[in-house]
Amino acid sequence: MLYLQILVNGLLLGGLYACIASGFSLVWGVLNVINILHGSFIVIGSYVGLLAHQQFGINPFLTVPVAGLILYGFGYALQRGVINRAVGQPVLVTLTLTFGLELLVNNTLILGFSADYKKVTLENPLGQIELGAIFIAVDRLLAMVLALVLTGILYWMLRGSRLGRAIVAVRMDREAASLMGVKVNTIYAVTFGLGALMAGAAGSMMSMIYPISPLTSTAYLGKAFVICVLGGLGSVPGAIIGGLVLGVIESFGSLFFSAELATTFSFVLLILLLIFRPTGLLGRRGYE
Amino acid sequence: MTALLELKGVSRSFGGIAAVNNVTASFQKGEIVGLIGPNGAGKTTLVNLVTGVHHIDAGEIVFDGKRINGLKSHRISRLGVARTFQVVQPFPEMTVADNVAAGALFAGGAGSVAAAREEAQQHLEFVGLGAMADTLASALTLPDRKRLELAKSLAIKPKLLMLDEVNAGLNLREIDDALKLIRAIADTGVTIVIIEHVIKVVVSLSDRLLVLHHGELIADGPPDDVVKDPQVVEAYLGARFAQRMRGGTA
Amino acid sequence: MRRVETIYGPLAVLALLIGFAFIADNYFLRLSTSLLMYVVLALSWNFIGGLAGYPSFATAAFFGLGAYCGAILQKAGVPMFVAWAAAGLLSGVFAMALGRAILHLKGHYFAIASLIVAEALREVVNTWTGLTGGGMGLNLPILRLDVTVQARFFFFSMLTIAAASFVLSAFVIRSKLGFGLSCIRQNEDAANILGVDATTYKISAFTLSAVLVGPAGAIYATWVNYIEPGDVFEILHSVKPIVMVILGGAGTLYGPIVGAFAFIVLEEVVWRNVLTFHSGLLGLLIVLLVLFMPQGLMRVTARRLLRRKTRP
Repeated sequence: MLYLQILVNGLLLGGLYACIASGFSLVWGVLNVINILHGSFIVIGSYVGLLAHQQFGINPFLTVPVAGLILYGFGYALQRGVINRAVGQPVLVTLTLTFGLELLVNNTLILGFSADYKKVTLENPLGQIELGAIFIAVDRLLAMVLALVLTGILYWMLRGSRLGRAIVAVRMDREAASLMGVKVNTIYAVTFGLGALMAGAAGSMMSMIYPISPLTSTAYLGKAFVICVLGGLGSVPGAIIGGLVLGVIESFGSLFFSAELATTFSFVLLILLLIFRPTGLLGRRGYE
Repeated sequence: MTALLELKGVSRSFGGIAAVNNVTASFQKGEIVGLIGPNGAGKTTLVNLVTGVHHIDAGEIVFDGKRINGLKSHRISRLGVARTFQVVQPFPEMTVADNVAAGALFAGGAGSVAAAREEAQQHLEFVGLGAMADTLASALTLPDRKRLELAKSLAIKPKLLMLDEVNAGLNLREIDDALKLIRAIADTGVTIVIIEHVIKVVVSLSDRLLVLHHGELIADGPPDDVVKDPQVVEAYLGARFAQRMRGGTA
Repeated sequence: MRRVETIYGPLAVLALLIGFAFIADNYFLRLSTSLLMYVVLALSWNFIGGLAGYPSFATAAFFGLGAYCGAILQKAGVPMFVAWAAAGLLSGVFAMALGRAILHLKGHYFAIASLIVAEALREVVNTWTGLTGGGMGLNLPILRLDVTVQARFFFFSMLTIAAASFVLSAFVIRSKLGFGLSCIRQNEDAANILGVDATTYKISAFTLSAVLVGPAGAIYATWVNYIEPGDVFEILHSVKPIVMVILGGAGTLYGPIVGAFAFIVLEEVVWRNVLTFHSGLLGLLIVLLVLFMPQGLMRVTARRLLRRKTRP
């Protein structure tokens, strides 16, 4: 029964991970840019949730759309103004650029909010529900559901809407898409904004569950990497599966290993994946 | 006379689709062999298999008496197999001379970078780029880039040269010049396999014609015969036209 | 004629540096030693990143590995110079094995894999407390030397490795290996078809990018007397050399040196005084550099410089 509890914990975690990774994967797949800032976007989303709660007593779940929109705007502007100049350049350039931006943003966050770990504590905790011998924390359950819903909306949008089709087109063939009348630069900015939105939304949700600090941005980024490689690049279903798998792996891992060793383990897993199967568990299936 | 290159039952699939299916053919030293077929027939894949870019799923490739399937590309080049790419592949940041020197240095047996550069000049003269030795490769026009590609291949001192649609993008006069150059190369004793779409060109140049269709070899013989082969006509122009042709000619 | 002219320049600089060591005060000696260390890192990265064109973020892994190798050996009683040399051997062998595993990856995948290795090594060192002291770090035996003499000693040690890097770079850039790496960078498929053994060449470049970084790490460990995982496996040890090489001009001989010098001067003048926003300003510099000067300071003259030195 213990194993079942751990599995459930892992799945609950996995839903959030899926939300984090889907935005990251989208940006990587469409712009071919690894957004080192992704972790900081999540942290900013968490701070939005924290501030809303501290100042106005609003439940972080309700702040999710707000955090999402704020990050969307920030991401869109950042891409349009800065990152777009480097899109299409070699990996080294784009990677170094987003690394530099991350240093800038992260340091600003530390200056603004300090590196101290903060947390949102609700006055009326949501408690737990019992399913047989399994305990499920309600806030985590809600977070998982919300995260999966958001990811699902993203997937549906990519497949069903005009904007989504344009994004997929740009990912598959930039030149052809531009010949068809798609404004590639706008799509790039929108996509980056969407990636930031997913991160911000996830961050707001996580403000209740995890301690908030600019120092955690690297850890989130690392998880996003592993999930992308696990699930396959540029695939939302892949991000979901990868997220769930990682959640479960981490959950079981913490049973046998300490937290640090679990991190090492996931890195080793990542390297092995990169060496032997860089296209991931699901392969290179795109949004089709 | 033992063949220079022998393909025995060579097959290769990609994701379930047979790109090359059980191809058996041999190429004699000094021949010019044309390789034609509709788009997607597997011509470039065949070249990739011979040059070691992909490995084969079945069969054997023997070059100059040596089994080469399974060898890495650079080893095969050093044995004397050269190829050009459909989309020319220069080293854009280097000069024309250095581009050719690369071939001489790594597969052509030149002893040093300086020696390779000297050799490069000869090859450049041969293809008509002698005056452009110090120009950057990225600054060349398309016909000149094709010449550069040929010069690079010659620097390897090849026994076999595989040309993949070397005439793509060239106008009629440029094609004439290219053909003259190819004949000149053949005259030095190099065996040539030429993939072409322009039938007129490949018929006038080749001693023999091979036709690929859906990865299979459907014809192998003198150009005049192959061109009239009903299977070939059907592959290129469709069954109805082939029937009309059969009905029309006796 | 040409050889004479090429040697005189660097020899003159070397003489100047040696002279400098005897007149400079401890502050400048320390700063220069740090600069020389980064020169080694930058010149080393240049082999795999600048010449071969593979964006490696593994420099920190080699540096940390060398630091811990040197430190552990010295604590076990191995003489200092032997420990430093062993660090080079270990880094080189490690790079060869790692290269074999990840050099078939391209672009982002290779970059990420190389970055992850440093992180993984850090975690391993962190956990293997018995050997490495884990998160509490390692203390190295202190040299019983006068402060100024010590400062000069480490300056000359780092200078030796830096000079070795320079000579190695000079040889490789002009050699068949350098030519081949340049071809690989511009068009790996074409290089393969022209007879370049890309796999062997890439692994060679990767190994070269580690072989002197290890000793640099070991010297660093002896110099600062105390190391811990987060310090020597720090990702900035991978990123700073890259920025320096980009600043100076990737793939050239003098680019990494010029870049390292410019970077360290900037860092010293501007940021040492702004502790709270140190990494933020570094980030800003990186962003501005990448956006406005990705070709580097040397590119404009590099072609002329290289051409003059390599063509008859």
